[in-house]
Amino acid sequence: MIAELGHFALITAFILSLAQGVLPLFGAARGNSAVMLIAPAAAISVALAVAFSFGALVWGFITSDFSLALVANHSHSTKPMIYKISGTWGNHEGSLLLWILILAIYGGVMALGGSAMPMALKARILAVQGLVTTGFLAFSLFTSNPFLRLATVPLDGKGLNPILQDPGLAIHPPMLYLGYVGLSMAFAFAVAALITGEVDRLWAKWMRPWIMAAWCALTCGIALGSWWAYYELGWGGWWFWDPVENASLMPWLAATALLHSAIVVEKRGQLKSWTVLLAIMAFSLSLVGTFIVRSGLLTSVHSFASDPARGVFVLAILLFAVGIPLALYAWRGPQLVTTADFTLTSREGGLIANNMLLVVATAIVLLGTFYPLGLEMVTGARITVGPPYFDATFNPVMALLMVFMAIGPVMAWRRGQTARLRPVLICAAAGAGIVALAVSSFAFGFGIGPLAALGLIGWLGAGIGADIWQQLKPNGTASFGARAKRIPNDVIGMWVAHFGIVIFMLGAVGDNLFNSEHVVRAKPGDVIKIADRNVTFTGVKQVEGPNYQALAAQLEYRDKDGTLFALLTPEKRVYNAERQTTTEAAIRPTLRGDDYAVLGDGDSKIGYTLRLYYKPLVSWIWGGAVIMALGGLIAAFGRQRAATKPANPQQNPASALSAPDGGA
Amino acid sequence: MMTTTALWRNQIIIGLALVNMAIGILSISTISTPAHAITAEEMLANPELEERARNLSKQLRCLVCQNQSIDDSDADLARDLRREVRSQISAGTSDDAIIDQLRAKYGDYVLLNPPLDQATLFLWLAPLGFILLGGAIVVMARRQRGAAIANELDAAERARIEKMLASRDSENGPKT
Repeated sequence: MIAELGHFALITAFILSLAQGVLPLFGAARGNSAVMLIAPAAAISVALAVAFSFGALVWGFITSDFSLALVANHSHSTKPMIYKISGTWGNHEGSLLLWILILAIYGGVMALGGSAMPMALKARILAVQGLVTTGFLAFSLFTSNPFLRLATVPLDGKGLNPILQDPGLAIHPPMLYLGYVGLSMAFAFAVAALITGEVDRLWAKWMRPWIMAAWCALTCGIALGSWWAYYELGWGGWWFWDPVENASLMPWLAATALLHSAIVVEKRGQLKSWTVLLAIMAFSLSLVGTFIVRSGLLTSVHSFASDPARGVFVLAILLFAVGIPLALYAWRGPQLVTTADFTLTSREGGLIANNMLLVVATAIVLLGTFYPLGLEMVTGARITVGPPYFDATFNPVMALLMVFMAIGPVMAWRRGQTARLRPVLICAAAGAGIVALAVSSFAFGFGIGPLAALGLIGWLGAGIGADIWQQLKPNGTASFGARAKRIPNDVIGMWVAHFGIVIFMLGAVGDNLFNSEHVVRAKPGDVIKIADRNVTFTGVKQVEGPNYQALAAQLEYRDKDGTLFALLTPEKRVYNAERQTTTEAAIRPTLRGDDYAVLGDGDSKIGYTLRLYYKPLVSWIWGGAVIMALGGLIAAFGRQRAATKPANPQQNPASALSAPDGGA
Repeated sequence: MMTTTALWRNQIIIGLALVNMAIGILSISTISTPAHAITAEEMLANPELEERARNLSKQLRCLVCQNQSIDDSDADLARDLRREVRSQISAGTSDDAIIDQLRAKYGDYVLLNPPLDQATLFLWLAPLGFILLGGAIVVMARRQRGAAIANELDAAERARIEKMLASRDSENGPKT
């Protein structure tokens, strides 16, 4: 009964969102405020209806209602509760409903807020959002109904793929969707602007928090996905240039470009036309990502079972969502073109370089992802475009971007140089040289790539540091605190986010250069050396999990002095319901590096295959991503002038935690 | 006013706490893995040769898998290819010769690094083209900008206008 109510709510949401998508457009065109006011009311109703529908589906999973086809196919009564719940979006229909829920929530939040915006603009934005929601609700209702019942109810469900039974993967899709779908807001702003042909600085000011929110979520979502791959896939890699990973990277790159170009629109009223185009592109790439994953067009280690009919439906949504705005753009775009009033050696110039390079990087990823498919369709030849291609093409572009990243922020708007530019440049160059020289002098034999990466880390790190010092250094009367307070939050956020990239790069380079690996066949009592650790394999133990049986190797980690500092227990699991075997990495993450152990095949007579890694700095990769997202939050949602916050971004979380009035 | 900031601050704290919890959970728990690749027996005794084998394995696609190198995959075919690579290396075949052999047998599909030929010319040249195109667009926009800046007043013109304005101001002065 609850499932039927959920289905009914979904149909209601479909009709309401159609109203939300169509009526306000007429209202805005006629200047009829009563009709325009339908938009927020409808948006909130759609959000509530979809939330109810989603709740009904979750309820089906929680109560293991196997009369629902979706629950029977993707759940099992013995699964732990958290995976019953996360199983809701561990499949195509449920994850689509989650997608729609987030879309509807964005619309609802927009409807509740935005009171400072002109009514017509808000109505149009909500209308565009409503049309997108309508498309996806139709997709769900007509091709992927999650509420289908089974005629004969099975005794138990088929279970969830064991590799999806994981805390990381329970929160990864919601986070990623929060980012993907958040870009629909930027898209709605862009299309609304194209309908009227008007873009002003306030438009960008209102749009930016949405871009930032989406970008932060996407950053965290991608990092979570990469982290999952790192510990879950069991060979210690964290990025594979897999089509599904590329599908999330492309919108991220476009969104990164967008949030920078939106700054130019907001502060200077320039790059309007380009920003509108970028907003359309960013959301289109989100849709492309969905299309890749859902259609099964490109194979991947991450994807769910796929269905061509669904792919066609997403393709249709994609064509509408890209085609109509682009037609609008062809009509209205020229109106938005402004005469540039700046030279290239300015803040605008730096941001244009940023946009150009990020768009080129996006194009490279797009090309590398789809080229094999296109080639096979045209010539029938099958090729693989793997990591070596992206290393050779994508990485240099990003390296160039990092060069600009240290310079751009210290340039003045419009034209030219600031007093800060020269010291920052000198510091950055010195930093690059010192790091590259220092590291290459004690460890020879690095390739040109890692050496360049190290140089860039020094360049960017020293550049940011010099910029911070220039803005904080004693200059006469003002106290340190007063100087710090004068720095706007978006500058602090920028520093934090850019610094996150330094941290990320340190992790990536550290893992790449100093990773050690040891594969052995070991018997109980054997001692294995990895990095500066001695690992004693004391044997295996039987472990009983909630819905699996496991064999766990007991590995005692001792440091040089023989002190025991960790016990790692990598497992091999057999899942009862799914009859699948998985091997389980055991990881001890620390700031200095991760100990990573995997148990392979074998028995007590011939011994067990053990794969041990030591991965220096690897967790900095994800730490860097979190810091980047944090920077985004500070920039987007902090006050323009920091009145009470400490200036040092490093202290922010700590001091916030210690503030007793934080709960007010 | 303070509430919104406090709210966001709380969100961040909660977020950090969740991340911390997740890290805490993960650091003690073990995590599932579908499979893993190489076994100790497959490895060559000579570390130099083994190093070559590993590097080669990372450039070869497991043909029956989804985007995995044979180094990462535990599929039977991947294991066979790993053995093939190692026996060739032990027999003294060069890396390039091994790659050529596998390419002849399985086609370009087996190579994670697509070789430059007629079919991949566009793939390899396009990134450079994108950069040049992007640069060209920026430079063209700059040329327009040059024109725009030329439309601005130079110092002499500005001085003349200021003079004119000043004289006008002095005429109108008493009225205001």
